[in-house]
Amino acid sequence: MFADYSWGELLSIFAMQGFAGLILFSVFVLMALGLAIIFGQMGVINMAHGEFMILGAYVTYLVSRLFETYMPALFGIYFFIAMALAFVVAGALGMVVEWTLIRRLYKRPLDTLLATWGLSLILQQLFRSVFGPREVGVTIPQWMMGSLPLTDTIEVPINGLFVMVLAMSISAAIYVLMFRSRWGLQVRAVVANRTMADAVGINTERTDRLTFGIGCGVAGVAGAAFTMIGSTGPTSGQLYIVDTFLVVVFGGAGSLIGTIASAFSISQAQSILEFFLSGSMAKVLTLLAVVGILMVRPQGLFALKLRK
Amino acid sequence: MTDFPSMATGRDGRFLNRTEMLGAAALALLVFVLLPLALDPFRLNLFGKYLTYAFVAVGLVLCWGAGGILSLGQGIFFGLGGYALAMFLKLEASTPEATAIQSTPGIPDFMDWNQITALPGWWQPFHSLTFTIIAVVAVPVIFAFIIGTAMFRRRVGGVYFSIITQAIAAILTILIIGQQGYTGGVNGITDLRTLNGWDIRTDEAKTVLYFVNGALLFGCLALAQFVRRSKLGRILIAMRDREDRVRFSGYDVASFKIFVFCLGAAFAAIGGAMFTLQVGFMSPSFVGIVPSIEMVIFCAVGGRNSILGAVWGTLLVNWAKTTFSEGFPELWQFGMGALFIAVVLVFPDGLAGLWKQHVEPLFARLKPRPSAPQPAE
Amino acid sequence: MSDSKDAFILTVEDLTVSFDGFKAVNGLNFYVEPNECRVIIGPNGAGKTTVLDLICGRTKATGGSVQFKGQELLKMREDQIVHAGVGRKFQNPSVYEDLTVFENLEISYPRGYSVFGALAFRRDQAVRDRIAEIAEIIFLQNHLQEKAAYLSHGQKQWLEIGMLLIQDPELLMLDEPVAGMSVAERVKTAELLNRIIADRSVIVIEHDMKFVEDIATRVTVLHQGKLLAEGSMAHVQADPKVIEVYLGH
Repeated sequence: MFADYSWGELLSIFAMQGFAGLILFSVFVLMALGLAIIFGQMGVINMAHGEFMILGAYVTYLVSRLFETYMPALFGIYFFIAMALAFVVAGALGMVVEWTLIRRLYKRPLDTLLATWGLSLILQQLFRSVFGPREVGVTIPQWMMGSLPLTDTIEVPINGLFVMVLAMSISAAIYVLMFRSRWGLQVRAVVANRTMADAVGINTERTDRLTFGIGCGVAGVAGAAFTMIGSTGPTSGQLYIVDTFLVVVFGGAGSLIGTIASAFSISQAQSILEFFLSGSMAKVLTLLAVVGILMVRPQGLFALKLRK
Repeated sequence: MTDFPSMATGRDGRFLNRTEMLGAAALALLVFVLLPLALDPFRLNLFGKYLTYAFVAVGLVLCWGAGGILSLGQGIFFGLGGYALAMFLKLEASTPEATAIQSTPGIPDFMDWNQITALPGWWQPFHSLTFTIIAVVAVPVIFAFIIGTAMFRRRVGGVYFSIITQAIAAILTILIIGQQGYTGGVNGITDLRTLNGWDIRTDEAKTVLYFVNGALLFGCLALAQFVRRSKLGRILIAMRDREDRVRFSGYDVASFKIFVFCLGAAFAAIGGAMFTLQVGFMSPSFVGIVPSIEMVIFCAVGGRNSILGAVWGTLLVNWAKTTFSEGFPELWQFGMGALFIAVVLVFPDGLAGLWKQHVEPLFARLKPRPSAPQPAE
Repeated sequence: MSDSKDAFILTVEDLTVSFDGFKAVNGLNFYVEPNECRVIIGPNGAGKTTVLDLICGRTKATGGSVQFKGQELLKMREDQIVHAGVGRKFQNPSVYEDLTVFENLEISYPRGYSVFGALAFRRDQAVRDRIAEIAEIIFLQNHLQEKAAYLSHGQKQWLEIGMLLIQDPELLMLDEPVAGMSVAERVKTAELLNRIIADRSVIVIEHDMKFVEDIATRVTVLHQGKLLAEGSMAHVQADPKVIEVYLGH
């Protein structure tokens, strides 16, 4: 399939697709980070993860409408307020869900999966009832429109760049939170040895709730970021769930670096293949490769070998 | 759980214990007598469709209830079985005479629409009914065998297995939709007419197919019961609880998991083929993530440990779905979501569990206590 | 060397396993003779349970060799190792709680190991007789129809021993068989073990020194994944290194 292109053409194809891949990568990272916290650290499968993202997207939509109507002068900065609000709303809902549902099911992972699927159905219908079945889009602030010319032929869309920067900052923030904060220490202690953590005075129940809440909050922020590059519908969340889980599992559950590395390889593979094949075949081949590799190496790319 | 001998272990020598016998008789009465008498052909066909999902649910009782393996990709096998038969029926419906207006007569209409001018090689064998009937079961089972071998040999289980099977279901759906020239795309394979010359669209044909479907389902139920009553059934339960110990009792755990996963796939495939026959088409909307996980809920509502319960659960949920989603579509979505949560939190053993907990004690109070369970002879 | 090897039922040579650089077992050598009762002692974290895990295939070794009657166990799956004649009892009682005592023993009965063998398995007279016989040895003849979940801790330990006995292994490995038992149960278990170790090789991990003295042919002392001392009970008890790290002053 490469025979029809010259070397120069191939290089610029890879560069262009590579950049499209970088945007996809940022999207994957944003989606996967929250899940990496919840699944990687707590071992909980949250099938409603996509709906938490969509919740963040709808919050952003509402905020943008509010600013448009009442504070058009401040429209340039509405996104940052929306993002913070998305984090709080999704995080709060996450903590409520943990308290009512998840905490009863820690010993039954398969049942958690079913219960959170039920939650996702309820949230979807809620979105549909409130916002209608059609997709909604937000108005992007002026400064985020247009693109930066890099060379004569390559232009970089600013909103894509913004999402990229956002993904990187959030990853860095989570890294700091996990490895430099007291909460991170407690989470890691609970993961390593729940009974012992309990015994040394860590409130494991509160830690669990907070962890789940933060994971959901990050999903909400991811949803907010999505509004900058696409529109939102009640069932958009379901489209992401398989990719997101594969990214996390492929990276090796529990490894933040692994999640980012796997998001990078999957997104790059998919966007480069997309140029040569139809979009659906590119996706099929990428996902098949991921599933195939997972069958050979079920622990994912990065995983600790533990003494059992 | 009570002190009574658990149904799952079939302690006494009989194939069915008293409760199971009653349950099976009641189900047979419903499926073969009451429904056909009470319903018009259209509604009966609808229940026939529900019963095809029951095949999947029964397979899930063995995999998930007994073996602890939760597949979220049973739609794969339902779909493969259904598509295999749909391909045969489509070829039969695409005679050169019937498709004379196409630019290439004699090939399925959707191929013609997608500028395909010759039947692809892998469609050719589906001209033969014998091959098709073998393929309906063999293709999904081989597929399940490959997935099962790859995963269980490497000790992938639990939620990882669920996620991977779900991903495969998603991949297959994308593939079917993307390759519409070969698969009929998002519409699926439609406009099926005759089976070896017998028109499957008439009311009489649909009634006959309903009974064939019911008979096949009872065949699968008997097979499932045989498996559960055998030592293999007890090994599955042992495996679910203490996989390690089963290995050190000398069993190759992976081969048992592969077997039960393949058996579940075979059941699902038969259901899929019967679906195609009764409903008259097959499409990717019965393959993907959503239908696959819904099939799990049919099984969970009936009772993940009860093969008869799974059938009742399937009928009930689908009947409710049809009834409510006609009148109150919004409410139904909420209801379905609530059902997933309730079946996990409130009644994890499903209808069968509720029956055992609340109804059986009532019977026991009405009658003098039956003699104590027989010790193993 | 090869001549002397034939005299052993189990040869463990240069056995090593490393978990992310941490060597839980490090270049271990030891040899077990037929009908010997070998007790492994050592402080917590010495790698005792890991050694049993390596022999029975539960943990994959990083290097070395474990030969049982001339067969290399490190290349075999757990179930194949069981078929070769090695039985393993876990530290915490590991029985099938949802099944009855009878069914627990039946599953362990050495027949019908394959999928189709299990489908075709019939509960015939030979099976029932053997189960009754074992149940009597493990003091559970009156509990056959009880679910294993309802047994006491000690009874579960006995049941697990029974599940091994019914397979009649040539090498039996027991991980702390009397831990967590009441005094009365301990006495009964000692009696039970003394009976079943008579005509097979046994490897036992145990902390109870009184118990070790009663049953051990030879004692192996592990420390930090390595062999610290080996010999008769009296011999190792006198070893200053052993006193230093394990027995105490």
